[in-house]
Amino acid sequence: MRKRVVVTGMGVVSPNAIGLSDFEKAIREGRPGIRFIPRLEELKFACQIGGVPEGFEQRCGDYFNPSLQSYMSDIVRYAAVSAIDAWRDAGLSVPGDEDPPDWDSGTIFGSGISDLDIVGNEVVPKVNAGKVRRLGTRVVERVMGSGTSARISDLLALGNQSTSNSSACSTGTEAIAMSTWRIRNGLAKRMVAGGAEGASVYTWSGFDSMRVLARKYNDQAAKGSRPMSATATGFVPGAGAGALLLEDLESAQSRGARIYAEILGVMVNCGGHRGGGSMTAPNPEGARRCIQGALADAGVGADAVDAINGHLTATYADPHEIRNWSEGLGRGPEDFPYVNSTKSMIGHCLGAAGAIESVASILELHRGFMHPSINCEDVHPEIEPFIGAIVRECMDFPKLKMLAKASFGFGDVNSCLIFKKWDNH
Amino acid sequence: MNQQEILDNVKGVIKNYVKDPAMVDNADMETSILDDLKVNSARLVDIIIQFEDTFDIEIDDDDADGIRTIGDAVKYISGRVASDQSVG
Repeated sequence: MRKRVVVTGMGVVSPNAIGLSDFEKAIREGRPGIRFIPRLEELKFACQIGGVPEGFEQRCGDYFNPSLQSYMSDIVRYAAVSAIDAWRDAGLSVPGDEDPPDWDSGTIFGSGISDLDIVGNEVVPKVNAGKVRRLGTRVVERVMGSGTSARISDLLALGNQSTSNSSACSTGTEAIAMSTWRIRNGLAKRMVAGGAEGASVYTWSGFDSMRVLARKYNDQAAKGSRPMSATATGFVPGAGAGALLLEDLESAQSRGARIYAEILGVMVNCGGHRGGGSMTAPNPEGARRCIQGALADAGVGADAVDAINGHLTATYADPHEIRNWSEGLGRGPEDFPYVNSTKSMIGHCLGAAGAIESVASILELHRGFMHPSINCEDVHPEIEPFIGAIVRECMDFPKLKMLAKASFGFGDVNSCLIFKKWDNH
Repeated sequence: MNQQEILDNVKGVIKNYVKDPAMVDNADMETSILDDLKVNSARLVDIIIQFEDTFDIEIDDDDADGIRTIGDAVKYISGRVASDQSVG
């Protein structure tokens, strides 16, 4: 029999707030975290705005000394702060160096793209200049694909599985799904699940050249991330991390932990790059199957879904996504669930997106509200029939019980989670 | 640079690689970098690179392998700094 999986802790490093309490305040007030970035202008990016966690250097200094930080990339630092926050938020104490490993706790923590700043600024120049021996030991652990999970398991003495997944913009959501499976199967009692992404011009450059980034809002950054808007011109790149402490229900209850929500259903799949799917676009059938698969896994009907936290990036794909949700749930404009996009405030944090947005979703469930989806005062004509479902002002929603969160990524990959508010049973 | 200055600089470098910097303050010439100060052995590479930067010398791998204690580092660096100065 499968174990039930609940969320007992959360941590977040987001472009509009760092830490859970300020993040809740930020999403309630629709606080944008998108700013003009002069370096992008210097480098002739078409998109010169982005979402970068503000005040992070100072915050990070509260957690790690400069020497330890010199062994951590931005991705790893974001991941580590969010993971420690989630751990503490769950009422767990951070172990010391002499404490034994916790064999029942592990981590699956991903990122979309490795820290290319380190590759671009340190590795390539030194190697090309014949100075390989000058690289030292800081490179590998900062750029390796499992850099985030490796550091988190070090800091928290995690003795269970420690690995990093990568599925482009689906990464954070997928990490939560994979961690859920591990606990369900009785292989771990607790998992730190999440995703992180750095703010590197080298990472963002490829997206800029693909012309998928917002390029018409450089002089009004806060309005640049416009999911579901008729005047959306592409996504705004973002950075940060989100972490959930997932736990089996028995473990959580036995230690009297505060429970935010239950992860009732999960699904990941790929559209196979067929039927309209490609490296950059989802096969609609794949997306629908993913949504339906998560519902089936949860054992609930589509009518149980009260709200959707969409992938909704502010590209041409938003109308397609709304259609996929509608067809996947079998619910047209007249009874479509409430929908919002956290990216409207923080941009698209790539491998961190699903994790940060899951933190937002679970806060909404736990506190009974829906955050505003900003910058869609001019709803896209193809989404116009659904306008009544779009949450454009912060909304009290005490009856919010079930929320669906999905992410869709390059490589035609999909992931969907069904979160249920915890009401003591 | 006299021996005391070299010792101070060596300790200053090593402090970046220990969990408890106070241990370095109390260290003497016999103190083992790995065994007594509990420096992760992989980090010796970074310590050697930082010695090179701090003292403006190059330390080849065989010489680096011979540095086990703070005294080893001070003696080796003293010799190198002195000989480089005499050449220069």
